[in-house]
Amino acid sequence: MSEFSVVGRRLPKVNSWAHLTGTAKYADDIALPRMLYGRLLRSTQAHARIRSVDTTAAERHPGVVAVVTGKDMPEKMGIMPSTQDETALAVGKVRYVGEPVAAVCATTEDAAFDALSLIRVEYEALEPILTIEDALGREDVKIHDEAKRANVFKEVHLSFGDLEAGFASADHTRDDWYFFEGNTHAPIENHSAVASYDGDGKLTLWTSTQVPHYLHRELEKVLGLPRSHIRVVATPNGGAFGGKSDPFAHEFAACLLSMRTKRPVKFTLDREEVFYAHRGRHPVKMRLRAGVKKDGEFTAVHLQTWLDGGAYASYGIATTYYTGALMTVTYRIPAYKFDGVRVYTNKPPCGPKRGHGTTQPRWAFECTVDKIATDLGFDPLEYRQRILQPAQSRTVNGLRITSMGLGQCLEAAGKATQYSKKRGQLPRGKGIGISGSAYISGAGLPIYWNAMPHSGATVKIDRGGGVAVYCGTSEIGQGSDHMLATVTAEALGVLPEDVHVVSGDTTLAPVDLGSYSSRVTFMAGNATKEAACKLRDQLFTVAGEKLGVPVERMNAAFRKVYDRADPSKSMSFVEAANLAEARYGTLSAAGSYSPPPGIGGDYKGAGVGPTPAYSYQASVAEVSVDLETGVLTVDRIVTAHDCGRALNPVNVEGQIEGSAYMGYGEISGEEQVFRGGLHKKPSLLDYKIPTSLDTPVLEAIIVESVDAEGPFGAKEAGEGPLNSVIPAIANAVYDAIGVRFDETPITADKILDALGKRDNRGVPKDRIGPAGLGEGKRDPGGAQRRLGFSTEARERRRAVSPSRPEQAEPAQGAGLERGRALPDRADKTGATGPGPEPGEPGSGSR
Amino acid sequence: MTTPATNPATDPVTKQLTTLRVNGESHTFAAEPHHTLLEVLREELGLTGTKHGCELGECGACTVLVDGAPMLSCLTLPAQVRGLEVTTVEGLADGPRLHPLQMAFAEEGAAQCGYCTPGMLLAAKALLDVNPKPTLEEMQQAIAGNLCRCTGYTAIYEAIAKAAQHV
Repeated sequence: MSEFSVVGRRLPKVNSWAHLTGTAKYADDIALPRMLYGRLLRSTQAHARIRSVDTTAAERHPGVVAVVTGKDMPEKMGIMPSTQDETALAVGKVRYVGEPVAAVCATTEDAAFDALSLIRVEYEALEPILTIEDALGREDVKIHDEAKRANVFKEVHLSFGDLEAGFASADHTRDDWYFFEGNTHAPIENHSAVASYDGDGKLTLWTSTQVPHYLHRELEKVLGLPRSHIRVVATPNGGAFGGKSDPFAHEFAACLLSMRTKRPVKFTLDREEVFYAHRGRHPVKMRLRAGVKKDGEFTAVHLQTWLDGGAYASYGIATTYYTGALMTVTYRIPAYKFDGVRVYTNKPPCGPKRGHGTTQPRWAFECTVDKIATDLGFDPLEYRQRILQPAQSRTVNGLRITSMGLGQCLEAAGKATQYSKKRGQLPRGKGIGISGSAYISGAGLPIYWNAMPHSGATVKIDRGGGVAVYCGTSEIGQGSDHMLATVTAEALGVLPEDVHVVSGDTTLAPVDLGSYSSRVTFMAGNATKEAACKLRDQLFTVAGEKLGVPVERMNAAFRKVYDRADPSKSMSFVEAANLAEARYGTLSAAGSYSPPPGIGGDYKGAGVGPTPAYSYQASVAEVSVDLETGVLTVDRIVTAHDCGRALNPVNVEGQIEGSAYMGYGEISGEEQVFRGGLHKKPSLLDYKIPTSLDTPVLEAIIVESVDAEGPFGAKEAGEGPLNSVIPAIANAVYDAIGVRFDETPITADKILDALGKRDNRGVPKDRIGPAGLGEGKRDPGGAQRRLGFSTEARERRRAVSPSRPEQAEPAQGAGLERGRALPDRADKTGATGPGPEPGEPGSGSR
Repeated sequence: MTTPATNPATDPVTKQLTTLRVNGESHTFAAEPHHTLLEVLREELGLTGTKHGCELGECGACTVLVDGAPMLSCLTLPAQVRGLEVTTVEGLADGPRLHPLQMAFAEEGAAQCGYCTPGMLLAAKALLDVNPKPTLEEMQQAIAGNLCRCTGYTAIYEAIAKAAQHV
C-alpha cells in the first residue's frame, strides 16, 4: 500500500469539471455591464519613425468612446527590470510589423474595428534589420539607440575549467554549426483581458496571463496607479506555453481606457495578432566545439550562440544565458566555455517558449553527442550512460545537481523501443534516434532582485471540514490548481475535491512569481505543503490528546485523523478541525518557499541555471522518410521523464505527451518566419500545428527519482520532455537516410535536397545546415522593397490615403550591394575554419 | 475623451430578430445579421462554453452540433440553422448526469487547458453517435479538424475509447 492517500493516484483534476461543462470562465468569457470593446491599431512598418498619429476621425466614429496612443503611456516597461525597452503602445518609433500603436474602445467590437482604419499614422520608413548577421554588422542602422554595438542587445562570455588544455588532450574533436528556427506557442486561446476601473478608484484586470504578479508591478509603473489599488486576476489560460508571460499592450490599453471611460473594457486579440504578439522560441545560430578522449569522455566543450531576439528585450537576458547554462547538467564536462549574443531585429519580440532557451542548444548538443558516438563506433545509448553527470554533484559551472534520473530514463526509453537492437539495422528510409535532456524545476532567482519568498500560500479550514488554499499561481492548463489541491489534501488527510483553490489573484492570494520556468509544482507545492502541515500539526495535537495517542503516531487520510498504530482510534477530520479551532482560533496558516542558497556559482551570470532540482528525460523516436517525396513521418516517440515523484500520474503523462507533441511540431515544420518583416504564415492554416492525423504515437514513461527537497519528492514535468524529443527525431532521421540535419525544421524540401532529388540537381548531401555566420540569402534592400509592396497593398485595402513618405531609395541600393558582397565571405567561413568570435567587433556581416 | 456619436433618431435599426433552438430551448434574440452563430451563442445567449480560437474555420474550438452533425459556428450564420437543433457543450450533460465523454475526458486527463475541449467533446459525440466503437484511425479522422495544443491527442483517444464503453 502506498504511503500516500492522494499523491500518486490517478484522479481527475479538480478544475476539469468546469472545463468539461463549458462553465470555466476564460478572460474572453467575462462580460460586464456597460462593457466596451477594444481593438489595437498595429504598425504596418517593420522599422519607422512615427511622425504623427491623428485619431480625430476615429474619435468621431459612431460608437467610439475613447482612443489612446503611445503618448498616453510613455513609461518604459518590460518583463525584466534591467532591460525595459518597451512602451505599452509605440512612442516615436515602431520596430516591427504588428507593434501596437494606438488603441480604440467602442460600444461594439465592429465599431472599434472600423475606427482603426480612421486613425492616420504618418511613418518615416527606416531600413529594417531582419537577420542576425545584419544586426551584428550594421552600425549605421540602430533599432534601439541604446545598443552599444550595432544591434547587439546582450553579450555574455563565461568560461569554466581549462578549455585549451581540454582541447589539447582530446583524441577526437568536433566543430559543428547549427541553426534552430524560431517558432511560436500558438495556444488555442487568443490573449484576452478585461479591465474594470471602479468608482472607488480601484482597478481590476482579468487577463489570460502566466505572471499576474509581474504584470501587477508593470501596471503600477505604466498607469501611475498605486499597486495597492490594482488587482490582477489570472483567468484560466487556454494554453500559454510561455506566450502569456510578458506584459502586453492590450492589458495596459484595457486598463487605461477603463480609467478614462469609467467603464469595463475588454480586449481579445485575433489569431493573426497572436502570431505578432509572439514572444516565442528564438531562432538561434550555434557553433559547438567538443573534444573527447578515445572512450568518448568529454575533455572540453565550447558553445557559441547567436540569438535573433526580435524588436524588444522580453526575457532575452535570461534566454541568452539559458542557451549556455544547462549544457553541463547531463554529461560530465570538465571544461566549458560559453559565448552568447542576442541581437535586435525588426521582427516580433522573441521570448520564452516551453524549454526557454535550453531547447535549441540541447538539440545541437545531443546531435553532436550522436555524431561523436558514430565517429567512435559507440551505441549512442550506451555511450550516454557512460558519461552521465552523477547525482549529488556539482557541474563545472557551479550548478548543484541533486536527484538525477537520466540513466533510468535512457534505459527505460531504450528498452521500450528496443533502441540498441534496431539502430543501424532498419531498412533505408526507416530510422531510430535517441536523446537525453534536462530542465529546471523553477529558476533559482526571481526576475527582480528581492529577498522575499518565490512562492507563498495560505491554507484555511472551515468548520464544516472544507479547506481552501490561496496561492498566486496561474492555471495555464498544466494542472497547477489540481497540484495545489493534491498537496493540501495529502498533507491534511482530505480529498482534493474537498479543497477549494483560489489562484492567480494578486489581492486574495499570496504572491507566487508565476507559471513559468516549470517552477510551480516545486515552489508553490512546497509553500502549500508548509502551510497545510502547520494546520495538520494543530489537528494532530488536539486529536492526539483527545484519543490518548502520542502526537508523533497521528496520521490523517480520507477525512479521518487516526492513530497510525491502531487506526480504530480515530476521529473525523471535521471533529479534529473543530477541536483545533476551539483551541487555537481560526484555522489558517501560511507557508512560503525560497530556493536554498548555494545552488549555483558566484560569478556574474550565475543567476541563470541554478534550480532546486533538475528534471531529466530521454526520448526515442522512430521515423520513416519517404525517399521519393521527402516526407518525414514520425511514427512513434517514447519519452521517459524523471519528475521526482508523480503527484498525479495522469497529469504527468499529459505533460510528457504534450511536450513530445510540441517538440514534434517544432522539428517537423512549425516555423515563425518572415518576408520583409511580414509574418509569412500568421494563421493556423498556414502555420500548421500538428493535427490528430499528423501526430505520432506518443508514449510516456514516468521515472521517479524522489527528490529530497521537492514536495513529496516531486520535480517539474511541463517543459523538460520537449527538449529530448527534438534531437531524438533529428538523430532518427540520420539513422534513416544518413543525413545530418543541423538545421530545423526538417521539411520535405530539405530532405529532397539532401537526397539530391530537388531541382533535378542530383547531388546528394550528407548534411543540411549552416556553414557559419553570414551565409544564406541576404538582401536587406529586397526585404524592404517587399515589405513596401505588401504594406501598400494593405493600406489600399484599408482605403485610406495618407501621404505616405517614399521609401528611401539610396538605402536600398546600399543594402543590395552589401547583400551581394556577402556570399563570398560565407563560402570562406566553412565549418572547419575558425569561426568569428562573438566578442569581436564586426563579427557579423563584413 | 469623446462621447459616442450615435443618434437613435437617425441611426437605422440593423439588428434582426431571430429564433433558434439551442440545447432543447427556444431563444429569441436581436443581432446584426452578419454576426456568426459563434458570436450569437456567446454574446446574445450567454453560452460562453463555445470557444473561438481563430474565427476562420481553422481550429475547431467553436464546434457545435447542428442536428447532431459537427459544424464550425464561426463560419455559420444563425439564419442557416433556423429550425434546426443546435447543441453546445452546455447541452451535453443529461440534466445533472454528465455525458460519458465528459466523465472519460476528466478521468483520462483529456482536457488540459480545456479550451479546445468543448469542440472536441462535441466532435467526439458526433462520432460515437454514428459509430459506437470507433477505431483509432476513425477517432483521428473525427477530430482532425479540432486542434489541441496541450495533449498531443493521446489522452483524447483514450477518453473517447473509454466513453465508447459506456455510451
